[in-house]
Amino acid sequence: MKVPYKWLCEYVNLDKNINEVADALTISGSKVEEVIEFGKEIDKVVTGKIIKTEKHPDADKLTICKVDVKDEVIQIVTGASNIKEGDIVPVALHGSSLPGGVKIKRGKLRGVESNGMLCSEVELGIANENSVHGIMILKEDTPIGEDIKKILGLEGGIIDFEITSNRADCFSVYGIAREAAATFDKELKKIETSFNETDESINDYLSVEVKSSLCRRYAARMIKDVKIGPSPEWMQEKLRQCDIRPINNIVDITNYVMLELGQPMHAFDYRYIKGKKIIVRTAQDDEKFKTLDGVERNLNSSMLVIADGERPIGIAGVMGGENSEIKEDTTEVIFECANFDGTNVRLTSKKLGLRTDASSKFEKDIDPNLIDIALNRACHLVELLGAGKVAKGVIDIYENKVVPYTLEVSPQWINNFLGVNIQKERMKKILENLEMKVKGDDVFKIEVPTFRQDVKIKEDVAEEIIRIYGYDKIPVKKILGETVEAQWTLEQMLIKKVKNVMVFCGLYEAMTYSFTSPKVFSLINLPENHELRNTVNILNPLGEDFSIMKTTGIPSILECLGRNYKRDNKEAKLFEITKVYIPSGNNLPNEYDKLIIGMYGKVDFFDLKGVIENLLNILGIDKAEFEREENNSIFHPGRTANLIVRKKNAGVLGEIHPDVAENYEIEDRAYIAEIDLKTLFEAAKNEKRYKPLPKFPAISRDIAMLVDENISVSELEKVILREGKELIESVKLFDVYKGKQIPEGLRSLAFSLTFRAEDRTLKDEEVNKVHESIILKLKEKFNAQLR
Amino acid sequence: MKQQLENIKAEAIEEIRKAKDSLKLDEVRVKFLGKKGALTGILRSMGGLSPEERPIIGKLANEIREDIECALEEALKQVKEKEKMARLSLESIDITMPGRNRDIGNLHPITKVLDEIKEIFFGMGFSIAEGPEVELDYYNFEALNIPKNHPARDEQDTFYISDSVVLRTQTSPVQIRTMEKIKPPIRIIAPGRVYRSDAVDATHSPTFHQIEGLVVDKGITMANLYGTLDTFAKKFFGEKTRTRFRPHHFPFTEPSAEMDISCHVCDGKGCRVCKGSGWIEILGSGMVHPDVLRKGRIDPEVYSGFAFGLGLERIVMKKFEIDDIRLFYENDVRFLKQF
Ligand SMILES: [Zn+2]
Repeated sequence: MKVPYKWLCEYVNLDKNINEVADALTISGSKVEEVIEFGKEIDKVVTGKIIKTEKHPDADKLTICKVDVKDEVIQIVTGASNIKEGDIVPVALHGSSLPGGVKIKRGKLRGVESNGMLCSEVELGIANENSVHGIMILKEDTPIGEDIKKILGLEGGIIDFEITSNRADCFSVYGIAREAAATFDKELKKIETSFNETDESINDYLSVEVKSSLCRRYAARMIKDVKIGPSPEWMQEKLRQCDIRPINNIVDITNYVMLELGQPMHAFDYRYIKGKKIIVRTAQDDEKFKTLDGVERNLNSSMLVIADGERPIGIAGVMGGENSEIKEDTTEVIFECANFDGTNVRLTSKKLGLRTDASSKFEKDIDPNLIDIALNRACHLVELLGAGKVAKGVIDIYENKVVPYTLEVSPQWINNFLGVNIQKERMKKILENLEMKVKGDDVFKIEVPTFRQDVKIKEDVAEEIIRIYGYDKIPVKKILGETVEAQWTLEQMLIKKVKNVMVFCGLYEAMTYSFTSPKVFSLINLPENHELRNTVNILNPLGEDFSIMKTTGIPSILECLGRNYKRDNKEAKLFEITKVYIPSGNNLPNEYDKLIIGMYGKVDFFDLKGVIENLLNILGIDKAEFEREENNSIFHPGRTANLIVRKKNAGVLGEIHPDVAENYEIEDRAYIAEIDLKTLFEAAKNEKRYKPLPKFPAISRDIAMLVDENISVSELEKVILREGKELIESVKLFDVYKGKQIPEGLRSLAFSLTFRAEDRTLKDEEVNKVHESIILKLKEKFNAQLR
Repeated sequence: MKQQLENIKAEAIEEIRKAKDSLKLDEVRVKFLGKKGALTGILRSMGGLSPEERPIIGKLANEIREDIECALEEALKQVKEKEKMARLSLESIDITMPGRNRDIGNLHPITKVLDEIKEIFFGMGFSIAEGPEVELDYYNFEALNIPKNHPARDEQDTFYISDSVVLRTQTSPVQIRTMEKIKPPIRIIAPGRVYRSDAVDATHSPTFHQIEGLVVDKGITMANLYGTLDTFAKKFFGEKTRTRFRPHHFPFTEPSAEMDISCHVCDGKGCRVCKGSGWIEILGSGMVHPDVLRKGRIDPEVYSGFAFGLGLERIVMKKFEIDDIRLFYENDVRFLKQF
């Protein structure tokens, strides 16, 4: 909300720089968004009188002027043609500055010395290029040698406030003045509201009926003998500074009062009020009404309208109607000054898509008692401007009067609650400056004025005191009392471990949106009736692409891989710990943490499996198995495994199906894993126990063989371990070969076996015996041909 | 014979001096001290000497053998040293060639900053609490003094799942859930995702991260709130950071405050980053509203508390001077590698 600084100073004597005032008000709770200083960039520009002009000897278009700037007469060369001797003009002296960072210096034009510049409105930044031409000619009686900023009223500026929704009372110049008075401990000046009434009574012309409780108060005054014309320049200037376009004296008065006091008003042309009456009622469904802006609106029964005997003439708190607006020949005016339910105004204005200055004030729920001063102030201004005569009496329908609220609080409690030590007297003074009445000493009995409907409990009072006393005087204190031990939960620690393993395996952490498109299920080849297609849906999404909550993390990571691929990144290795949202049948869905891995580039299935193995190892999960999976439609049927942990399916890993890769425009083999962290964490062993180092040496033997290529390494390993009995310590595959010299359908595998006994040095004969029996078994069971 | 021995010694020493490598030295050893060597020959012919001369010559011969051996050893040591030096200089490598390292990945910048913030609060005794992202309207709004039709609901454009279920617009519902679960003293932070229906652009994202804080105990004051946040700001943004508390309004705290920190770019003098004010707003906070304490089944006459909330993305963007919030969710590896 914009507040012109000069206007603010009419109510409170601030004698301070605009920026100091803005800073202080920010600290006391009226946050300043911006300070717009007029003529901020103008320096050393004064008024001067042209006492002599002559043509430049070498340039037809230049004129040499002698200019009196009071202390001296200086010579300036100008290219302007609209000046003559005797004109008073703005003169930028040597060393002066103008808007846009322009610096004026002494110099020569075509060989003739020039000691400054004569300025136009454009150069002073107070008009745009097209509206004026030539040097600005000031009024004849303008004193010379004066600072141009003072002459043109370019001192001060506008302060733009961000007012919080609870402070309806601050949405006006006077409201801010009250805050400023309390902040600087200054007197707040009263607003002039006196006026005279004529003998004719409003009651002979109008009656008002309020048919809805959404109108909390409705007051009206009548102005007779109206002479419509422009309002005076001082009023227009203030309106313009607050971004309101001046229209005519009557309309300008209503807007002026709204800016000044925060009470929106409306003026009706009396001759268009049919049936001599105003009825405040809810609209009928589908009732049509043309607002002042010329737009036809479709109303409904949730909206409140101001009607005359026949039809609506205004939408309550939002905008008046074209059918009753003030015209140039208007002679009788009804001023409406009312109070409407804030929520209803907000909803109506939202439904109509019509937010006005009035509606944005009403929606904050303003004080109904503000009407008295506002209506009187408007009448005072009518008289001041000579815009008309005020008829006798006021129509005022006000059923449930809002009265001041009283609450009790002890100063001691306030100090304890805030952790400060403010004197009682100081507290009292602060509250009184905010127009609260305080009685009592050890316990304050506070009467809160009706415009402060936000002050209801003792904590509110504490806030009033500390914000005026100064948030900057709150000391920095450590929390005392019982020490609280911070702890990571087991799950938090495990998640940290997972992330660290991923990073050390060369993966980059990704973050993707939690919502996605329902189309992703087809993109990943998920069968029509798959349970993951049962989703949590957003009623009002940003678009279909963001309309369901994820049930799997795979599509999002594929999107990321696709994006990286499209951007010519040769390799991308990503992981994400993401939630999936599974409908539960209750109000809230179940949220599960999933580890998603996605990679392409110089990687294959075993790089991915290696990452998972590292993870299992770090989490201390030893009973995990990888089971071939051929039927998951997202994945390559021959290159996919389920991870089985403690007999539970903990997730899937594998090469993405080429159709899916194509859908995501990845022209490379991509590898994806989705692992359920809960299943993993349930099997994680957090405690590790020391095992003594072996005391006796080990013996190694290698086995190389040809076997049917369909026999898996894990099958062979199992047999080797079983046959090796207690002597075998480990078996490790170290070579795989298929191709030349190997018959079709077979492959060559080489294992390294380690034998060790805990209690003795093994003899060759012992190992040989076991080794033989292993080989025998491999031959017998798998038809292995030893090489 | 004595003269013969002296000659052998002189000859041997001379040859040792001339020897250039260990091979040559070995030849010298054989020539003089070997089984068929010169010295051995002399000793063998000692039988022809008188019993008086024999011990004298024998002693001399032994002395000369030791001298030669000594000289040989010394020479060998020098030669070996020289050979080692030669080998080392041959083994010189170009140490400017790149190291052989395995790829290490990286955490997301948001995680990195969040971890840093968690550690700071952990050090002040705050544990980490969590709550659901798909949340009941009750916890997200009602229990926080934001009834239906409250203007604050418009400001936080909400995604609805049903009439009574929303995507949480703030981490504040964790306040109520925590108070329902544990009794004071409470000291937690609750980081997490929140959702608002903002269209995506360089500074808006429909999902972002907040960190909520909550402290409830007997005798908690606003000075404790300021103390805690000031400590956090100094630890996170640097010891020289100045902080400023400003009044504000939130429905679920009273009094409420926003905290600004001095601009790190201009050190408070005013610049483009801080829009000339010298200050940068980083968080909202306040004393927990008594109604909210009651909703958490805590008696406001006995206990008091404070709460705060800060937006993570904005802080991360400030910290790394990132100018587009969308980069966080695109996951281009060239971006992720930079932190
Ligand atoms: Zn700055």
